[in-house]
Amino acid sequence: MNQLGFPLLSAIVYLPLAGAAAVLAVDGRNPALVKATAFLFSSLTLLASLPLYLFFQADTAAMQFVEKVPWVESLGINYQMGIDGISLWLVLLTTFLSAIAILSSWSAITTRAKEYYAVMLVLETGMIGVFVATDLFLFYVFWEAMLIPMYLLIGIWGGPSRIYAAVKFFLYTMAGGVLMLVGILALYFINHAVTGVYTFDLLELRKLNLDFWAQLWLFLAFSVAFAIKVPMFPFHTWLPDAHVEAPTAGSVLLAGVLLKMGTYGFVRFSLPLFPAAARELSSIIAALAIIGIVYGALVSLVQEDVKKLVAYSSVSHLGFVMLGLFAFNSQGVQGGILQMINHGLSTGALFLIVGMLYERRHTRMIADFGGLWKAIPLFSMALLVVSLASIGLPGLNGFVGEFLILVGAFRHDWLWAAFGATGVILSAVYMLWMLQRMVFGELKSQQNQGLRDLSAREVLVLAPIIVLIFLIGVYPWPFLKPMEASTQALLAEVKSKGQVLVLDGIQAEGIPMARQDLYR
Amino acid sequence: MDFVVPTVDLGSIAPALLVLATALLVLVGELFTAPGRKGALAVLALLGVAGATAKSFLLWGQSETAFGGMVALDNYGLFFGLIFLIALGMTVLLSVRYLDQMDMDHGEYYVLLLLATFGMMLMASGTDLIVIFLGLEILSLSLYVLAGFARTDLRAQEAALKYFLLGAFSSGFLLYGAALTYAATGTTNLARIVGFLAQAGVAGNPLLWIAVGLLMVGFGFKVATVPFQMWVPDVYQGAPTPVTAFMSVGAKAAGFAGFLRVFLYAFPALSVDWTWLLAALAVLTMTLGNVVAIAQGDIKRMLAYSSIAHAGYLLVAMASNSQAGVSAVLFYLVAYAFTNLGAFAVVVYLARQGQEALELSDYAGLGSRAPLVALAMTTFMVSLAGVPPTAGFVAKFYLFGAAVEAGLVWLAVIGVLNSVISAYYYLRLIVIMYMREPSALLALAESTVGAIFKI
Repeated sequence: MNQLGFPLLSAIVYLPLAGAAAVLAVDGRNPALVKATAFLFSSLTLLASLPLYLFFQADTAAMQFVEKVPWVESLGINYQMGIDGISLWLVLLTTFLSAIAILSSWSAITTRAKEYYAVMLVLETGMIGVFVATDLFLFYVFWEAMLIPMYLLIGIWGGPSRIYAAVKFFLYTMAGGVLMLVGILALYFINHAVTGVYTFDLLELRKLNLDFWAQLWLFLAFSVAFAIKVPMFPFHTWLPDAHVEAPTAGSVLLAGVLLKMGTYGFVRFSLPLFPAAARELSSIIAALAIIGIVYGALVSLVQEDVKKLVAYSSVSHLGFVMLGLFAFNSQGVQGGILQMINHGLSTGALFLIVGMLYERRHTRMIADFGGLWKAIPLFSMALLVVSLASIGLPGLNGFVGEFLILVGAFRHDWLWAAFGATGVILSAVYMLWMLQRMVFGELKSQQNQGLRDLSAREVLVLAPIIVLIFLIGVYPWPFLKPMEASTQALLAEVKSKGQVLVLDGIQAEGIPMARQDLYR
Repeated sequence: MDFVVPTVDLGSIAPALLVLATALLVLVGELFTAPGRKGALAVLALLGVAGATAKSFLLWGQSETAFGGMVALDNYGLFFGLIFLIALGMTVLLSVRYLDQMDMDHGEYYVLLLLATFGMMLMASGTDLIVIFLGLEILSLSLYVLAGFARTDLRAQEAALKYFLLGAFSSGFLLYGAALTYAATGTTNLARIVGFLAQAGVAGNPLLWIAVGLLMVGFGFKVATVPFQMWVPDVYQGAPTPVTAFMSVGAKAAGFAGFLRVFLYAFPALSVDWTWLLAALAVLTMTLGNVVAIAQGDIKRMLAYSSIAHAGYLLVAMASNSQAGVSAVLFYLVAYAFTNLGAFAVVVYLARQGQEALELSDYAGLGSRAPLVALAMTTFMVSLAGVPPTAGFVAKFYLFGAAVEAGLVWLAVIGVLNSVISAYYYLRLIVIMYMREPSALLALAESTVGAIFKI
């Protein structure tokens, strides 16, 4: 069945759910107990996910830790999970950030703590499920089900205009999701028409060789869902609202994990299922990615609220990821995947730091700060390191990812790299300018003098992230190696299928005429 | 002219007869129960429901026709019968306390509910336009009275009158459609209509098209598709809440039972003509229901428009005109029945002596006042919106799957986009329950009754 002979992935997916039940069951009048239960379960999940790395076989592109049980046999729905080099790190990132996010909420959440931690744990289940599902039906269930806890998280524990942000987030993401649902159904019936088998199994559906127009329509149906989630320009407008209004832990998971679902969706579904369309549309997507990079950076530059600055910087960074993925070479794709992790770490940490500052001063306006280094050096140090990682300073994680992406983009088309590189410069501008205004200079405000530096718990929250930031920056090999085989296989698949189709032109292949009306 | 005495096979409609017998028993029993103790009649009604349900399970899998082909005993009819019985059982459970609170604890109430269910079951198993019409009339007449059951309430009177006038009007359409069908084909029996059309073809028979059009209008009124939906919001708002729940689930399912049986079984020869019409109606119905629901401030009106939208989704499956479409309709109706009855159950549960929680603002802060009820309501809303992992999602999945399989991708796209619109107003209730502070005072005691609603 799999290399462990144990359904480890299911265990990881449902452990947080069990945790949510446990949190709801404990006595709500004892907040310490609630927090401890939540943290216990999220750390258990993190621990349980470590064997994924330890037992991961880096030399194969096949799905590992596979679980496959028929679920609704008459419809060909399987309960099917598995990870490969592409999803391995995303699963680990999710378990890691979830535990950190829960630990970071200790003092920030004072109302309805019990429900809060339960919702966080349910969210974790949904997020992990998205990354491990290899059956399209199962994937869709996790993809949509995860919306509800995030919606509640923003809507109940968020900032002043949280309801607007929560509803906007929900409707945007759902709109994309339902189009993907129609795409999934169409793919399912096309596959049945070609092979005579009803299945939602991704691995089976990947064998399908669709004609170009079918690929194009299905690619669009799937990609709108992913593009909204990434978010790619021009679908990004929900992001600043949701990020700014969400509670700190919500922003961390939103930026750290949820956005990656979009880029992950492209790598996992859009590229291998519809390679010809992906290749045909790659220049448009790259153009949108570059617009996102530059636009996100420019908008970050003018933000007065540091949380908004970080939010818009995500648009820019995710543009890089998309650029790398659509360069269709190993540097670009590996860089893109690594950059997903990097962004999760550094932007997650930035949101955590901003949240800590907000807890102390109840403001996030850059103008209210200045000279923080003198008042809270430890805090400022953390902010400095994380910001530099976000900029992509050599020696820190961001550099490795951005460098690989730019190499990949250059190999594909030097213009892509040239435009993309402006984003690196701009990110240095907005980040350093922010640092200069907040951390350095004179300590002017009275209120800032009495600030307390990081507590032991807060150090515990940030330290693991900072360690990883250095580790990936200095020695990225252990992180890149597991994804090597999978990315090579993916690229081979995208290229070979693409070439067959170029030779065949846009003729439908093996699809009965009666079915062609499905996508015309 | 020969006169053949049709074989009388009561066994084939046993579940419906059990419901009818219970109705008569309750009617008699009403005489012997003192005012204020009518709850005993509810128990009797529930026993009848249980008996009919058991009988339906026993008959499951059989397939025969009775009464000279006017009634069929098949899984289709039994399945619908079970939906009606679920709706009836839950409505009776909801009604006991409600009737007491609203001071209208009269025994006829249960009689009328049972009779309406009898009509529904007749409609679902009828294979002759006359029987279907009879079932529809029994159902409708009972519901007209039930809609106006709150005698002293002006709004209920308006609802009942409006329902009666429009309902009678639509019955007229249906009957005229049946009559023209008879004129065109010489029979009202569905099987013989199929036989006639197979032989004679459909060309050169304009009466037939008019007949099909009229039947569509008649059924359209009953299931509330656009443009025949105007009565829904007022009637749903004015009727006693448990009756609204019953109508929104039972009467709608009954309408679809007849609609499906007649169109998919008797008129497939004309399907080229009516599928696109149904598709167009589906688009209009979904969109109007959902868009107008957004503007509602009264929860019963909101659920009324939502039920119009759901009729639109069901039309999508019907327009697919396939076995998959029929299965999708059946599954969808079950999921919808539980979800919608649940939602109305919460509304009933929150009612207090002589006064109901009908404004959306009455739900503010419910998340902290009554967490279990709010959680239940959240589940129902999420399911109505069709978000996984709920029954509503699986139902929509089947439904749009049927549409995509039939090549109606555009219709499926419009359908799913409509569920996004619908998510807006379903979510709004969640927003109000969890994210707004209570404006009113209603302090609710947590009670175990809440558990019943989750069933």
